[in-house]
Amino acid sequence: MGKAWTFGENMNTDEIIPGRYNITIDPLELAKNVFCEVKPEYARNVQPGDVIVGGQNFGCGSSREHAPIAIKGSQAKCVIAVSFARIFFRNAINIGLPILECPEAVADITEGDEIEVDLSSGGILNRTNGRQYQARPLPDFVLKIAEAGGIVNFLKEHEIQELLR
Amino acid sequence: MKPKDNLKTCDLDCLRLDHRVHKGDVMGTLIEEIFSRKSGRAVNAGEILLLDVDYIMSHDNTTPLAIKAFREIGKPILDKNRVVLHLDHAYPAPNVLAAENHRKIFDFVKEQELPHFFQQGVCHQVMIEEGFVTPGSIVIGADSHSNTYGAMGAFGTGLGSTEIGVAWVTGKCWFKVPETIRVELHGRTQRGVYAKDVMIHIAGLLGMDGGTYRSVEFGGEYIDSLPLHERIIFPNMSTEIGAKCGLIAADQVTLDYLENETPARGKGPFEQIRPVNPRYERVLELDVSPLAPQVACHPDVDNVKPLEQVEGLEVQQVYIGTCTNARYEDLEIVANMLKGKKVDPYTRVIVTPASARIYKKALQNGLIEILMDAGCTVTGTGCGACIGRHGGILAPGERALTTMNRNFIGRMGSPLSEIYLASPATAAATALTGRITDPRGMM
Repeated sequence: MGKAWTFGENMNTDEIIPGRYNITIDPLELAKNVFCEVKPEYARNVQPGDVIVGGQNFGCGSSREHAPIAIKGSQAKCVIAVSFARIFFRNAINIGLPILECPEAVADITEGDEIEVDLSSGGILNRTNGRQYQARPLPDFVLKIAEAGGIVNFLKEHEIQELLR
Repeated sequence: MKPKDNLKTCDLDCLRLDHRVHKGDVMGTLIEEIFSRKSGRAVNAGEILLLDVDYIMSHDNTTPLAIKAFREIGKPILDKNRVVLHLDHAYPAPNVLAAENHRKIFDFVKEQELPHFFQQGVCHQVMIEEGFVTPGSIVIGADSHSNTYGAMGAFGTGLGSTEIGVAWVTGKCWFKVPETIRVELHGRTQRGVYAKDVMIHIAGLLGMDGGTYRSVEFGGEYIDSLPLHERIIFPNMSTEIGAKCGLIAADQVTLDYLENETPARGKGPFEQIRPVNPRYERVLELDVSPLAPQVACHPDVDNVKPLEQVEGLEVQQVYIGTCTNARYEDLEIVANMLKGKKVDPYTRVIVTPASARIYKKALQNGLIEILMDAGCTVTGTGCGACIGRHGGILAPGERALTTMNRNFIGRMGSPLSEIYLASPATAAATALTGRITDPRGMM
């Protein structure tokens, strides 16, 4: 279980981690400045297992993988959003940051709510208001990458052709 | 303003947005045609494909993470000839960390004996100048503006570093064949109105998520009439509306550019792939003739206004640079407007040519001298100011008018600064007055 941190629509990669901090690829270093301009208290107070909640088009903008890495480095459990920008979606799956699309949950969650997420089923429980939600299922080949913990781990064990088999 | 409201309240009579379904045989949109040739069979929107990629691009901001993924996978690079690396994002190094980053990349290039390594300017411009981008090819890049390659009738798209590392090893990448939004542009722009104004206007109409996961296909008589440097604006900024790619079908203009301006990597002849009886998800039709200069205002690219609504707004910096608008012809427009004049003394005016080749040509033809005489600061080529690294950082409270493609909060420095996007002509007019100024009265 973790606490919800809510963010608005079109949360872009510069807002997730400004360009000037992308000089490192260390997840813990990046995590120190994640959301520093839109929610500076996040990096100071986030606890392992907390949940990021975003609006539509979460992660739009740059292709910088530093954005999902910074979020993962902050030890947030996952990102729940109305929708994800396409490069962020790929990047998050590829580096093993769990993401869930669930507009119904986003509409109901307020900052600080206690959220429980079952990553394998996509089930979301808001303990604060007692409501349950089901995230949209991911395509099979995307699940294969997610289950391996990212594309790099997948390729250690498999050939890339196996993604679509 | 939400994009959809924006569409409804749009005051242009010339706008038509509809859902068109052709009767008869549906063949393919431009992206379906390109992907079909690569797959060796007819493919349709919605399918997932694993395709061979022709070139794999990354730069100093994204290569270190690609190297990390590559090392972890632990397999060799499949074809070194397909790997293209650039130093442009923080180049020359503005600090020790950036220098260390570069060193890592130099060492990697040496270790792997990679044949394509550039310190010649903004990656996307160099990719096109050096002939890596050809009609029907697939070029992926660890940079969101890799969509730019669509101007050559190629599929270009931005990906993260890890997938670049994966592509080094496998030569492949997965793609979902996207649905297509067709943007059909008619007419000719007025004097003083450019492709940038048209594209900013389109971004305002469709909104910053209006093209998400979509291929945005630009065509019509207006696009056909444009030279390559103006065409590039549309695919380049398709990124700003979330598109997977922005495409313009290759034609004689494209082939002439490849023939005359690039080494084209010895791969011709090139097919002029076109959409064939396509089924589009949406069609946006627009007559560009009545359009006035446009400005994308702080803080979103879809916060678009006709220039007259923000005319006179004071700026502290004008920046002419980036993969969007710093080509030779852009510098020529600016130089023609600044010739024999002085820029506003209380405004920093920074000009960053998009590539070394452009810089050299501008130097040879006297443009650089004109710009310097007018009081512009001409910097070495690269991306520095656009991503707030160096060469034009903004202070709190400052406002910049730039030829960039993106105006996210804090992108050029302080989160308390503001970025306005416009054409090179508007930038030049604004440089002279220190206030957002309509270029039409000054040409």
